[in-house]
Amino acid sequence: MRRLLHWLLRSLPVLLMVIAWEAAVRLGLVGAALLPAPTTIAAAWWRLAADGDLLPHAAASLWRATAGLAISVAAGVALGLAMALSRTAERLVQPLVTFLYPLPKSALIPIVLVWFGFGHGAQIAVIVLGCLLPVVLGAYNGARGVEPALVWSARSLGARRAEIVRDVVVRAALPDILAGIRVALALGFVLLVSAEMVGARRGLGFLIAFLGETGAYPAMFAVVVTVMALGFTADRVLLAATRRLLRWREA
Amino acid sequence: MAGRSKIVFDAVRYDYTPPGGAPVPALDGVSLAIAEDEFVAVVGPSGCGKSTLLHLVAGFLPLSDGRILLDGRPVGPPGPDRGVVFQHFALFPWKTVRQNILYGLERKRGLDADTRRALARRYIEMVRLEGFEDLYPAQLSGGMKQRVAIARTLATQPDVLLMDEPFGALDAQTRGLMQEELLAIWSRRRKTVLFVTHDVHEAVLLADRIAVMTARPGRIKALVEVGLPRPRDRAVIRSAAFAERCEDVWALVREEARAAEAGVGQMGATEAGGAR
Ligand SMILES: Nc1ncnc2c1ncn2[C@@H]1O[C@H](COP(=O)(O)OP(=O)(O)O)[C@@H](O)[C@H]1O
Ligand SMILES: [Mg+2]
Repeated sequence: MRRLLHWLLRSLPVLLMVIAWEAAVRLGLVGAALLPAPTTIAAAWWRLAADGDLLPHAAASLWRATAGLAISVAAGVALGLAMALSRTAERLVQPLVTFLYPLPKSALIPIVLVWFGFGHGAQIAVIVLGCLLPVVLGAYNGARGVEPALVWSARSLGARRAEIVRDVVVRAALPDILAGIRVALALGFVLLVSAEMVGARRGLGFLIAFLGETGAYPAMFAVVVTVMALGFTADRVLLAATRRLLRWREA
Repeated sequence: MAGRSKIVFDAVRYDYTPPGGAPVPALDGVSLAIAEDEFVAVVGPSGCGKSTLLHLVAGFLPLSDGRILLDGRPVGPPGPDRGVVFQHFALFPWKTVRQNILYGLERKRGLDADTRRALARRYIEMVRLEGFEDLYPAQLSGGMKQRVAIARTLATQPDVLLMDEPFGALDAQTRGLMQEELLAIWSRRRKTVLFVTHDVHEAVLLADRIAVMTARPGRIKALVEVGLPRPRDRAVIRSAAFAERCEDVWALVREEARAAEAGVGQMGATEAGGAR
């Protein structure tokens, strides 16, 4: 009961905005054709879902997002750790990372689609393009910031090199790795939807573009809201996982 | 000196290079021989290189010059033969008290899981942390963390113990108990101990010999033979010989502390002059 109340209180600003929006449309302050009212959008969402149009597109997007993020995390952590642990890797990769970091990833979407064809692969490649670097930097900075005394104490307790990486470096870098993943997650969703709008025949981004072009704005907004909800949920799940993994930080 | 030398410092120099700066000598010309099973305390003004000395024996840092021999051979990379208790504990923050203590035991040959558990329990009891086994370091007080660090190192029963102000974060009462405990452990199972402290009383109470270091760059200024009877316990504190030895060591430390302060004062004066 208290938790419900707390939750209601926290969502109050959003709730108020939705009510104001609804009122603005109903009172004719904004044209309903351009900005449909929340209730209209809700009805359109229900129709899309019931007709079975939403689920396959959402599934396609979710699969691409998951695959893209998984690849980025695995490759990003490996690269970041390698850079922190080996001078050679650092000299090879560090300049590339610095150089590529400010690159506007969305500008490359069209060309990546041409390179990889228009299937799942291309969409996943776009996600990796955006998500890899935040994870690399998180792992690199986290692993570089390991307190030397922790490595020393592991060594004098008999840990071998591989054990030190697993038991000390990765564990110490975990907060930064998770922070990197969180940035990657947000970026990944935005990039995915953009890429799907340009070059896909499935996915929520494609659906948004298609509905927008045909002027079905209530349905288009319904899909936009779906993307928001998915992104929000993914972020919450990651936050909960982070809190669990970093339990030891709470004093 | 009884027995053969366990650790030999031979004209040891270590230059500390701050990030992006020029090297500064932290230790210069440290020579000292520590016998097998001897308990040597190191005292000296802060910043004189006591921690650095320990880290060199542990194999954490490369020597800039000179040699350190362990059993007659140059010290190798860090290993479980030299147990270290760090000044700032260096506990694994993501491991609980029990997991921290088990870490070294898990890397020791020939211990099955039951033995490891039993050993961990014994050392947890020794440092009076029963009931705190499943807490993380962040949930402990400074004194409790220090006790975990001590238990973690003692549990693996290293040949050589390198302790860097191990009781510095404890309240007076716990410190007294831990000193007694260390004396008891040491007389039960002798080992070579290099023990850094800023507490002269503690040095005299525990050690066979006390190395007094000079202000930075650190050298051995004097070696004081404690000469109090063994086995020892806290009762020795009330003896005249104890008070006398403390006075001797104090006099030496005081000189160096003054020298260190004078050094800082001079630096301050030069800087002030430069600013004008
Ligand atoms: N990691 C470090 N950061 C800063 N200074 C250091 C470091 N390691 C060594 N030094 C230098 O070496 C000297 C000795 O340090 P340390 O061994 O910690 O002294 P002590 O333990 O006697 O207080 C210090 O005065 C400092 O200038
Ligand atoms: Mg120190």
